[in-house]
Amino acid sequence: MTEKESKPTEETPLYKRIFKSIQRDPLAPKDDRGRMKMVMNSLILHVHPTKTPKSALKFSYTFGLGGLLLLLGTVLAITGVLLIFAYTPSPDAAYESMIALQTEVFFGNLIRNLHHWSGNLMVVVAVLHLLRVFYTAGFSKPREFNWAMGIALLLLIVGANFTGYLLPWDQLAYWAITVGVSLLDYVPLVGEPLTRLLLGGSEVGAATLTNFYGLHIAIIPLSIFGLASFHIWRVRKDKITVPRKIDGQADKTRVTTMPHLVSIEFVFALVWIAILLLWATFVNAPLEEAANPAHSPNPAKAAWYFMGLQELLMHFHPLFGAIIIPGMGLLGLFAIPYLDADMDSVGVWFRSVNGRWLTLISANLGVIGAFAFVLVDEYWLDLPGWLPFLPSSISNGWIPMAGVLLLLIGFYEALKAMKATSCEARQSLFTLLFSAFITLTIIGIYFRGEGMAFILPWS
Amino acid sequence: MDKLSRRDFLNLAWSAAGALAVTELSFVGFKFLSPRATDGEFGGEFNLGAYEGYPVGSVTPVEMGRFYLVRLENGGFLAIYRRCTHLGCAVPFDQSTGKFTCPCHGSVFTNEGDVLNQPAPRPLDIFALSINEEGEIVVDTSSPIQRDKTSVEDVLYA
Repeated sequence: MTEKESKPTEETPLYKRIFKSIQRDPLAPKDDRGRMKMVMNSLILHVHPTKTPKSALKFSYTFGLGGLLLLLGTVLAITGVLLIFAYTPSPDAAYESMIALQTEVFFGNLIRNLHHWSGNLMVVVAVLHLLRVFYTAGFSKPREFNWAMGIALLLLIVGANFTGYLLPWDQLAYWAITVGVSLLDYVPLVGEPLTRLLLGGSEVGAATLTNFYGLHIAIIPLSIFGLASFHIWRVRKDKITVPRKIDGQADKTRVTTMPHLVSIEFVFALVWIAILLLWATFVNAPLEEAANPAHSPNPAKAAWYFMGLQELLMHFHPLFGAIIIPGMGLLGLFAIPYLDADMDSVGVWFRSVNGRWLTLISANLGVIGAFAFVLVDEYWLDLPGWLPFLPSSISNGWIPMAGVLLLLIGFYEALKAMKATSCEARQSLFTLLFSAFITLTIIGIYFRGEGMAFILPWS
Repeated sequence: MDKLSRRDFLNLAWSAAGALAVTELSFVGFKFLSPRATDGEFGGEFNLGAYEGYPVGSVTPVEMGRFYLVRLENGGFLAIYRRCTHLGCAVPFDQSTGKFTCPCHGSVFTNEGDVLNQPAPRPLDIFALSINEEGEIVVDTSSPIQRDKTSVEDVLYA
């Protein structure tokens, strides 16, 4: 409010003055200037700029994935706070709380289902959001650091899921967390003390439940809130990228955020709330029998988003399967925007026509390659058996790792020979590795039966 | 080297004090969160009574302590942790075969904890075991001892 407007007006009735002290701008502004002022002066709406590029509003550009993450975060916060009132984080009472949610608490099952499915959906949507930004080069200068924050947020979302996984204290929770934390145990030097600190002892127990509860309801949500605020603020400061056709000019026409963007968001949120409610009404979150630390189920699998890692661990020495390969992958992910100097493709899906074909081919190669690798290693390749005189970190680590790296280098050189620009080649390499990782995750979830033997899910 | 000015000195001193405060608070926080243990519960000490009570060549599960008290054929004692060294499943002892067989991913161990069948990368972990002056067996479950190979030094003779 400027000084001119704030002149005391004794004629204004009291109720109007009270209302104006709360909502300073008119709720139905009559011109664009008023609409922009409304966005700028509102606590919630000011995460948006006052004007938005018209072409970026197109649904098939962003698919509203970032907004959906914000909505899921809100749903999770509300249902999560409700669940706190119906849950006791102790091994004797936790499972009882789950049963009470199903049988005694009004809408207990609905709230738990909403929380469970929104949490799982959030991991999927966060990965899709990452893919959308990657394939439209939305991380290009000056947005490099915002990409890094996005990856950190993805890790926090997975952390929130993982800590929440234990809380029902059923067999599924107990052994998924046992197996999941054991992956961390393989990190050299820091792995073992870190595992002990996280578990509050040497295995999952009462201390683990309180630790995970504290992380799940306080530490991780607060970190996500802080980092997500920073992330969204940066999007507003750096301005959203604008979609364009290959060799076309970006349409930079801007419209007022209120109502053009806000109304789309409102409808989008309502549709998604309806979908979530329907889903949570008809599909129950899983609950097995109460946790029994003396009896492991067969097979014992980690939470679904860690099955790609567990599958890797079945083929590589732990040092490689749990540390070197995932570590290199994560490092590469953080480094992408700093390596990608090609600014010409911002806003173009898959960089170019060539890029579109190469992405399609690489995605398919990733699926075929991962399946071939798993089958060959399962039924034929037995390096530790053939080379018994070598330590397994070499025969089951360095040698297969070198083989995989040689194949990847060959793939990259083949792309170069096919006249791919280095930007397209990097995109193809990312696509290949990403699709191979998703395939490994699917193999781990659906193609592993008793004793983690390879099975066909339909047989 | 330039003479340190009064301002630089104070800046340095205050930064050092700030760093010290952060270190102290981190230490307090870390110790506050570190695992605690009580006797007779997992993580504490277990008194299992006189050693003569355990016959030679027997494997006795201690449910609360999550370990097996093994008395080998040669009379030596071992406290073997139940947790599989592969991915942490609970390993049951099969009395008929005299071996530990993990139900999760198929690792097999001898009654000394040695790996017979992968994917387990190392023998089963053990707990520190001692025999006190009254001839009673005491097992400390506060931290499992990892070993790359089984060794006669792990075994305690009465």
